[in-house]
Amino acid sequence: MSEPVFDLTYIWAAIIAFGVIMYVLMDGFDLGQGILFMFAPSEQGRDIMMNSVAPVWDGNETWLVLGGAGLLAAFPLVYSIFLPALYIGVFLLLAGLIFRGVAFEFRFKAHSSRYLWNWSFAIGSTVAAFAQGAVVGAYIQGFETENMRYVGGALDWLTPFTVLTGVGLVAGYALLGATWLVMKSEGATQDWAYKLVKPLLAAVLIIFLVISVWTPFVDAFVAERWFSGFSAIWLLPILGLLSAFWIYRSVSQRREGTPFIATMALFIFTYLGLLASKWPYVVPPNYTLADAASAHESQLFLLIGLLFVIPIVLVYTAWTYWVFRGKVKADQGYH
Amino acid sequence: MELDPLFLSRIQFAFVVSFHAIFPVFTIGLASYIALIYGLAFKTNNPKWERLGAFWTQVFAVVFGMGVVSGIVMSFQFGTNWSNFSLATANFLGPVLSYEVVTAFFLEAAFLGVLLFGRGKVPNGVHFFAALMVSIGTFISSFWILSANSWMQTPAGVEIRDGIYHVVDWSAAIFNESFWYRFAHMGLASFLTGGFVVAGVSAWFLIQKRDTELHRKALSMTLWLLLFLTPLQVFIGDLHGLNTLEHQPTKVAAMEGNWETQKGAPLLLFAIPDQEQQTNHFEVGIPKMASFILTHDWDGEIPGVKEQPPELQPNVPIVFWSFRIMVAMGLLMVLVAVIGLFLRRNKAYMHKRWYLQTLRLMTLSPFIAVLAGWFVTEVGRAPYLIYGQMTHAEGVTPSLTGGMALFTLIGYFLVYAFVFAAGAYYLTRVIRTGTEGTEQHDDEKHRPKRPLSAAEASFD
Repeated sequence: MSEPVFDLTYIWAAIIAFGVIMYVLMDGFDLGQGILFMFAPSEQGRDIMMNSVAPVWDGNETWLVLGGAGLLAAFPLVYSIFLPALYIGVFLLLAGLIFRGVAFEFRFKAHSSRYLWNWSFAIGSTVAAFAQGAVVGAYIQGFETENMRYVGGALDWLTPFTVLTGVGLVAGYALLGATWLVMKSEGATQDWAYKLVKPLLAAVLIIFLVISVWTPFVDAFVAERWFSGFSAIWLLPILGLLSAFWIYRSVSQRREGTPFIATMALFIFTYLGLLASKWPYVVPPNYTLADAASAHESQLFLLIGLLFVIPIVLVYTAWTYWVFRGKVKADQGYH
Repeated sequence: MELDPLFLSRIQFAFVVSFHAIFPVFTIGLASYIALIYGLAFKTNNPKWERLGAFWTQVFAVVFGMGVVSGIVMSFQFGTNWSNFSLATANFLGPVLSYEVVTAFFLEAAFLGVLLFGRGKVPNGVHFFAALMVSIGTFISSFWILSANSWMQTPAGVEIRDGIYHVVDWSAAIFNESFWYRFAHMGLASFLTGGFVVAGVSAWFLIQKRDTELHRKALSMTLWLLLFLTPLQVFIGDLHGLNTLEHQPTKVAAMEGNWETQKGAPLLLFAIPDQEQQTNHFEVGIPKMASFILTHDWDGEIPGVKEQPPELQPNVPIVFWSFRIMVAMGLLMVLVAVIGLFLRRNKAYMHKRWYLQTLRLMTLSPFIAVLAGWFVTEVGRAPYLIYGQMTHAEGVTPSLTGGMALFTLIGYFLVYAFVFAAGAYYLTRVIRTGTEGTEQHDDEKHRPKRPLSAAEASFD
């Protein structure tokens, strides 16, 4: 076999990274509705929360399916080590998503049993968000591998550190959900959402700070990356903090759309900071992107198709959001 | 007792995939039916078709929703329980499954919204187009997933280097030896499922004497369709069987309950295969018939299960009986469709209560046939995951313990039992509500485009 003319691995890394952040931002704000659900001041507020994400959450979760299939196609080693290592966590994630999805459907048909679907939605969303956060923590921790196989135990992923990252993502999604709700609602529900933003932002910042201090102790590689001299990556936490300040200011000014955009910025910079910490390791501590990559011809075969299809998918998605733009009212949804 | 992670993983996969499969097999056929109805509505401008389309779209919404929820689980099963298999085959299965997501799932998701909530918001032509796109999406999806499955049955276009499959010929791998047979057989099965459900529900409405004019029309159309498709499916199934005989003789041997390679093998109508003794008890058969069906020669040679050593044999009783159940259901479907033709005189099929009741019961038959058929082909492939090349034992996740596998098996069982109970209850409600109330459906109240929310019935 001759060497490929150019290596597609990094293009694929960018595609997967893009897919993951798309999923996190898009499913993040609708999982956030679930996390905040039981704290809503009224049943009418809950109706608004659900209606605001009902048209789009299903498309959002399709990105998760694409993430699974795309990983298998481009970085099979990640797929075949992460999923066994996170076996129990993946089950919790999927069970959470199922309960939450079903609750979505049935809550508006229910009368006397409505409380059941409320709890199903809230608990399912929170469990799914926590499991995703714990996955991030497990990624930072690294995996015990041997000869391209996971050899650790069933609950290695569950440590104090990953519990903290799990709680961190729950808080983060709640923040994303609250700022989304500020944008999509009005009146009492919007006032409530405004009040949530600052405490949630404080919680997120404190947890992120603890994680940032803790991470170098968990993993010497990360410590080396950040503390072996000043580099351009220090821009990322600085931009993250600026985004946090932007959230704070825009909420103080009672802007409607800006807090949500600023929260997405906070997520993006945090995410890039995480990627920079581990680059180029994709299954820490042993395997890099290049080790985990699939065969060149497989990457090429799929890439050619995606170049045509993904832009069309993005057009659909944008169109759907456009159709359902504007404020949501409690009575305009399910009946 | 020692818990065997391999056995539990097989049970778990069989459970989650069987649970999942009943939804798409129905929605694929139903989507085409809905597209047809809206096509008629668009062409004739008759509001009756609109009403019928709206009713079936509600049913579609519920079933599609359950298919989506259970489908997310499937995309992670390969990794959690079969990681060695995933790692080895990713170069082929990864791109194929990814293509399914980007060419089918997104297409369905986008146009489903317009189909469910777009009536009255978009022109009728666009609405019909959306219905068409959803049905095309379901077919594209089945194309990719059946290509993946067929490749595991008849691997081609690949070479193995250092235990990893590399694709050397994409079209040979995607359009492998058993693909077209499986695709045709499964496509027809989807149409039959949709057809028998529509016929059964229409019959129920006729028994109830509700909206009779509309449902007579629907039933008449559907019975014509079934009259052509049921015999065609028998024919395609036969071709599929011959293809299997060529590539997987042991599977066919297990289907026939044929232990010894022999000429002029009988077609067994009944037997109790005994894997331990490597023989059958209580055989009842038609002499030489199996040879005739499989080789088109009364004295043709039929391979026996014992060509393989016991550790490389599939579970014969399961394959043998699943096959008989599938064939019995298939023949029953042909019979019911043909009786429908004879009852065309005086339009008796619309009035004869016994026939309508039969149709009602037949609603279950395609689901039973499809599951039985998949049991034949999947259990019949055992002990191989990739036929002749990789066994289940080689493909299973090495770090998986029996306890972990049991935990998730019970977990999925409980979650699915809950989902299924709620969904079935709700589906019954939708059908009970019927076609009469679907006319004033397309107003501002129905903005969200979630599948199940298109349905009108109250949950409790």
